[in-house]
Amino acid sequence: MEPTTNTKDRIVWHLACSVEDIPEDGGGCALIEGKQIAIFNFARRGEWYATDNECPHRQQMAIGRGMIGSQGEEPKVACPFHKKTFSLKNGQCLNDDDYKINTFPILIKENQVYIGL
Amino acid sequence: MKANTNTHIIVIGNGMVGYKFCEKLLARKKNDQEFTLTVFGEEPRVAYDRVHLSEYFAGKTADDLTMASVDWYAENGIRLFLSDPVVDIDREEKLVRSHHGHVVHYDYLVMVTGSGAFVPSIPGVEKDGVFVYRTIEDLELIQAYAKKAKRGAVLGGGLLGLEAAKALLDLGLEEAHVVEFASRLMPRQIDDAGSKILQSQLESLGLNIHLAKSTQEIVGGDFIKGMQFADNSFLDVDMLVISAGIRPRDELAKIAGLDTHPRGGIVVDNGLRTSDPYIFAIGECALAHHMIYGLIAPGYEMADVVAGALTGTEKEFLPYDMSTKLKLIGTDVASFGDPFVEEPACKTIRYENKAKGIYKRINVSPDGKELLGGILVGDAEQYNMLLQTCKNKTILPPDSEDLILGSRGGEDAGAGVMSLPDDALICSCEAVTKGMLCHEIGENGHATIDALKKCCKAGTGCGGCIPMVKDIIQGVMKQNGQYVRNVVCEHFDHSRQELLDLVKMNGLRTYGEVLNEFGHGDGCEVCKPVVASLLASLWNENVLTKDRAPIQDSNDRYLANIQKGGTYSVVPRIPGGEITPDKLIVIGQVAKKYGLYTKITGGQRIDLFGAHVNDLPLIWEELIDAGFESGHAYGKALRTVKSCVGSTWCRFGVQDSVSFAIEVEERYKGIRAPHKFKSAVSGCIRECAEAQSKDFGIIATEKGWNLYVCGNGGSKPQHAQLIASDVDKETCIKLIDRFLMFYIKTADPLTRTATWLNKMEGGISYLKAVVVDDLLGLAAEFENEMQSLINNYKCEWKEVVDNPELRKHYNHFVNVPDKDPTVAFEELRTQKRAREWA
Ligand SMILES: Cc1cc2nc3c(=O)[nH]c(=O)nc-3n(C[C@H](O)[C@H](O)[C@H](O)COP(=O)(O)OP(=O)(O)OC[C@H]3O[C@@H](n4cnc5c(N)ncnc54)[C@H](O)[C@@H]3O)c2cc1C
Ligand code: SF4
Ligand code: SF4
Ligand code: FES
Repeated sequence: MEPTTNTKDRIVWHLACSVEDIPEDGGGCALIEGKQIAIFNFARRGEWYATDNECPHRQQMAIGRGMIGSQGEEPKVACPFHKKTFSLKNGQCLNDDDYKINTFPILIKENQVYIGL
Repeated sequence: MKANTNTHIIVIGNGMVGYKFCEKLLARKKNDQEFTLTVFGEEPRVAYDRVHLSEYFAGKTADDLTMASVDWYAENGIRLFLSDPVVDIDREEKLVRSHHGHVVHYDYLVMVTGSGAFVPSIPGVEKDGVFVYRTIEDLELIQAYAKKAKRGAVLGGGLLGLEAAKALLDLGLEEAHVVEFASRLMPRQIDDAGSKILQSQLESLGLNIHLAKSTQEIVGGDFIKGMQFADNSFLDVDMLVISAGIRPRDELAKIAGLDTHPRGGIVVDNGLRTSDPYIFAIGECALAHHMIYGLIAPGYEMADVVAGALTGTEKEFLPYDMSTKLKLIGTDVASFGDPFVEEPACKTIRYENKAKGIYKRINVSPDGKELLGGILVGDAEQYNMLLQTCKNKTILPPDSEDLILGSRGGEDAGAGVMSLPDDALICSCEAVTKGMLCHEIGENGHATIDALKKCCKAGTGCGGCIPMVKDIIQGVMKQNGQYVRNVVCEHFDHSRQELLDLVKMNGLRTYGEVLNEFGHGDGCEVCKPVVASLLASLWNENVLTKDRAPIQDSNDRYLANIQKGGTYSVVPRIPGGEITPDKLIVIGQVAKKYGLYTKITGGQRIDLFGAHVNDLPLIWEELIDAGFESGHAYGKALRTVKSCVGSTWCRFGVQDSVSFAIEVEERYKGIRAPHKFKSAVSGCIRECAEAQSKDFGIIATEKGWNLYVCGNGGSKPQHAQLIASDVDKETCIKLIDRFLMFYIKTADPLTRTATWLNKMEGGISYLKAVVVDDLLGLAAEFENEMQSLINNYKCEWKEVVDNPELRKHYNHFVNVPDKDPTVAFEELRTQKRAREWA
């Protein structure tokens, strides 16, 4: 994957890890371009998600260690510190309107996980 | 019949109905009546619950299935001879003779010899690998044989046969077949359309169904190799369970010259007397109203009729309802009333959904007012309601199809039961009416299934009424405004306790299985740790293996406590707070090497703070080498057992509190519970270890130990309360086993023992009755369960250190070996501390 010039509307895919590095129905954290990205393997739904690893509540680097699950149909992750939960789809905090995390495009190809920044 | 002098009654057969007869006779006995009861049983064990026999494969023990212990018979003055069948009856002299040569006189004889499996005379049935399915011994043989078998078949596609076939699958056979002579399954209960749906459901469970097959020969040498059918087809199997019907045990009656039916059964009249007025026959051996009642409920009713006759209340045994609901098969099947009536004697309403595997049929009287019977396959949720409607001849609504199509479950599920008349029979095995249940729940506060089983025996027979009894509990509570539905979260419609029972009964060991079986959606941060905790409380397997790592709460996930800043703390176990100088030195060295802040905790151990997640396995490796174990400071588990120095040094001490504290801590270390729990042991009444502020606390006395439970420090301090005084160590441990298991099994998630007690109906006196006086009869079970948890204990950290797969997860990043660069500390009194929240 050749990194190309980063224009605003262009996704650059970065190799993060291989599929086995992220436990099924769990998460992990990868260091990409100096940024901590939380990656989730939502095996139960056959979906993958990527978000900030930092929780906006108390700036803890912990989202990747959080438990994932669903609220209604919405896939979500809970910060292990104070259990703020965030939508994995759009990053909105589901139990406190004041917070939001960034989400990133994610791609699985030939058993490798790529994150778009 | 009045019996003023001592009447001698002999019961032949100690099966379910034989036992029930004894129980009913004792209950009906009047003050001026005296009986001498003698029971002869052919089986080596006391009467057990045959209806739930298959649960033996799911892990229930023979003890669990026992109806009443041998002690019960002794306490009630019943002479019990086991493994000793009656071989002859001298009706003239009124004597029976047993196999072991006991000759006993009777005034009245009750024959409850039950039935045996009917084994058709097919050539080859005597081969090894051919079984019947009737007693615990049969199941033991099947279980042992199944270990080396691959393909099994059941001869007979009736109620029992299907149950047996499912059991073969559960025993791990690669193939399980059902071979039925008739052209449909369960020919006595369901019709062709129902059978078709049932067949497809069973096939999707993995059973192979062969209908209209007549077996000609069982092929093989000494061992069965296969089955040869009349249509020339052949089935390759290496074991076979015969379930082709039952054969009443009337051989003794024949010897005694009593009237028996040519097709089997001891003929009785409406009072259940045989052709000899001093001999009764009840249960599955009796032929009443020209039929054998092969179900438990009519058997119990027969027991009641005869117990009544012998105590002076004549009543008749009336033709009995044969409605049934199949249990254990993984798909619902039920039939009730008259399932087969056809037009014009009725109007039949059918509903069929092949995609979902559902078939329902109800037969309504021609005027549309009464429900005559019906069949439910695939979804029998309405069974109890329909059965009641049918039995009570309730007038039907104008659109009777609503009965099977109408809104299912939902809001007014409870309202349905509550609209039944008070005399509606809910538990037909024990003849408990709705009115009786409402009274027990509302007036006497018996608002759980267990309590109701205890006080009025509802649900102790076939168990089919339990869902309805639950609805009635809810209904009554709701009426009294006490209704609180304690479900875990949006993904599980069960309370923690219900879920624990379900998970246990079904032997589930992973979160995925539990969610698939009993939940919906994808789980969340509430139910995941709850399930994690109950899996740990049930099986005590490593919390990070199988699919269990990602469902653990923040701390359990890494077996360490997450602290401000994202680092972790490390707490090795120091049982009783006793530690050698060498071990203290190791802790110091490790702390220095990994730059950790050290502090003595409130529980008399040492906490090491500020460890990077990457360093955790390295730190633990060193600690484990020095002989430390996990302290489970991260888990909802036993924390510490604090101790004072006690009689080994203290001049006031009366017992060795440190040794006892160490013993207790070693015993319960690693046991997972709904919340953390703590303990302490003091060496005398001065209570320096503060045992009365603990979940369970022990204080030495001159004569032994006092045990206190449900104390709490924390935000709402509460003193622990005394439940036993001056007991010895062994007793004390037993009581703690029971107490903890009762807590583990019944508390809501994240509920400390103090809160649990505060919410408990009956409070401390109830708790004491359960733990000390064994009110629920569960003490032995609690002790066994605790022992098996203890036997399964392994130090989790040692397992992680030794397992590269598990160690792999102790990296902050999945793609680089770096530690989290954002972690920062501040200086504090020559040590360090976490940086303040931004
Ligand atoms: C696997 C299985 C599942 C079942 N499931 C259900 C169900 O879901 N619902 C339902 O209603 N029913 C069910 N049944 C049927 C139910 O178990 C019987 O109806 C019930 O056990 C009959 O009780 P009983 O006391 O008449 O006979 P049994 O329980 O058979 O007891 C008779 C006892 O008498 C002994 N005996 C025989 N001859 C002598 C002698 N000469 N001297 C001394 N002792 C003697 C026998 O060894 C036996 O122990 C099931 C049965 C089985 C095997
Ligand atoms: S509780 Fe009693 S034995 Fe223990 S330290 Fe205090 S005074 Fe001594
Ligand atoms: S009392 Fe509060 S601050 Fe102290 S350890 Fe417990 S939770 Fe932390
Ligand atoms: S730091 Fe994430 S919820 Fe508080």
